[in-house]
Amino acid sequence: MSVSVRIPTILRTYTGGSAEVNGEGETLRDVLRKLDADFPGIGARILDETGRIRRFVNVYVGDEDVRFADNLDTVTPAGVQVSIIPAVAGG
Amino acid sequence: MALANTATTTSPDRAAGAGDRPFGPASGLSCRECGTRRDLGPDFACAECFGPLEIAYDFGRVTREQIAEGPASIWRYRSLLPVPKDVALRPNMAPGWTRLVRAGNLARELGLRSLHVKDDSGNPTHSFKDRVVAIAVEAARNFGFHTLSCSSTGNLAGAVTAAAARAGLEACVFIPADLEQAKIVMASVYGGRLVGIDGTYDDVNRFCSELIGDELGERWGFVNVNLRPYYAEGSKTLAYEIAEQLGWRIPDQIVIPVASGSQLTKIDKGFKELIALGLVEDRPYKVFGAQAEGCSPVSAAYKAGHDVIRPVKPDTIAKSLAIGNPADGPYVLDIARRTGGAVEDVTDAEVVEGIRLLARTEGIFAETAGGVTVGVLRKLVASGRIDPDAETVVLNTGDGLKTLDAVAGRARPSAVIKPSLDAFRTAIA
Repeated sequence: MSVSVRIPTILRTYTGGSAEVNGEGETLRDVLRKLDADFPGIGARILDETGRIRRFVNVYVGDEDVRFADNLDTVTPAGVQVSIIPAVAGG
Repeated sequence: MALANTATTTSPDRAAGAGDRPFGPASGLSCRECGTRRDLGPDFACAECFGPLEIAYDFGRVTREQIAEGPASIWRYRSLLPVPKDVALRPNMAPGWTRLVRAGNLARELGLRSLHVKDDSGNPTHSFKDRVVAIAVEAARNFGFHTLSCSSTGNLAGAVTAAAARAGLEACVFIPADLEQAKIVMASVYGGRLVGIDGTYDDVNRFCSELIGDELGERWGFVNVNLRPYYAEGSKTLAYEIAEQLGWRIPDQIVIPVASGSQLTKIDKGFKELIALGLVEDRPYKVFGAQAEGCSPVSAAYKAGHDVIRPVKPDTIAKSLAIGNPADGPYVLDIARRTGGAVEDVTDAEVVEGIRLLARTEGIFAETAGGVTVGVLRKLVASGRIDPDAETVVLNTGDGLKTLDAVAGRARPSAVIKPSLDAFRTAIA
């Protein structure tokens, strides 16, 4: 499925400064794999050594935090926006 | 040696030199996860691992006497903060140096030997947020930002708009649209833009994180996003004040509310710095975290023995603590376990009881977050996890006038009568 991926500022060095890039995949795992193929190295910034989403990274498929869905197995329907966002706090 | 988590001492000459620098003793940013260092800048996430960045220092010599000679505000601790030496002379809210109340009545009620309430409702906008925002304002000035912004559960929004007004900056703040009316009024009365978002705090936070990467948010200082390393340091001043007000002593036990977890981690950092600088005796202390049951991801992880936090969708009257995805939660777990403390939660009914108990025994009207800490304190005493003979401090971080709805149904006139003695006799019979 063709999706769009929002890239946070600190990862735009990998995307040539682009804030949004095209992605492809049935699930988030597929989308991130394709993203790393297109922009080598970016995957290791998002996933840790064990292949899980780093604990200070939030990933959304549409409006849903994938931790509330199926994590990397979350389905990515055609046209959906995937957002990668550093975790921040406040209050 | 100069590490983010370790206070160090160097020569007095170095301290004098630090005074001329816009960020005082701050020497850089350091990733709390992987330790990667970078220069001071408006950055909050490590480019290597996304871990949170925090301020690293090279402290000069700091003495109790120097601090005591300072103003009755957080600026008495300026030599321990990322601010210039002349910070107190600039237009700012001068927060802090709030009262530490000896709570003998509440102590008796709970069966404790020694209890104090650190009452931060006495800050200029009636919550501890004035402390953190004051540091963020200095960073915003240093980085040339023209607009001060934040995502907020309410207290922060008011602290930001007020501080921006005083500092001569623009303000644009974002809140969940369903906040308490008092917090909405307080955040908007100081001017600037107040934008309600149809969603939870975590939705607002996500929105701000995206805005910061967009040209719309260019040259904006988001106090709890791109200025977060600076902002968070303001909570250290709670630790400094408590220790100084106790006669330069760290309490044996302290109960702190947990929303993002930042405040708890910075109070612990503040205590460790005081020990490292030789300003207090190095002795053990226990840190307890307090959450509302309807938003208790950190407490749940603590009880389950987990190291990671599973985010939740908040549902509690304690809206100032309603952060379902707390970024500093893992650190709260580390600190509670390291010090022998705990993280506990209470129901909304216990939150209301906590508010009423503190008001009835000590004349302090806390907002819901204060009800959470008092409720958790009571629960910890009852379960034997708080030592009744040890010195205990509990935090009230905000003013009950901001969350009137929480207690309005149970705090009403005893009677409404005609203006006559007979009517009064009947009413009190």
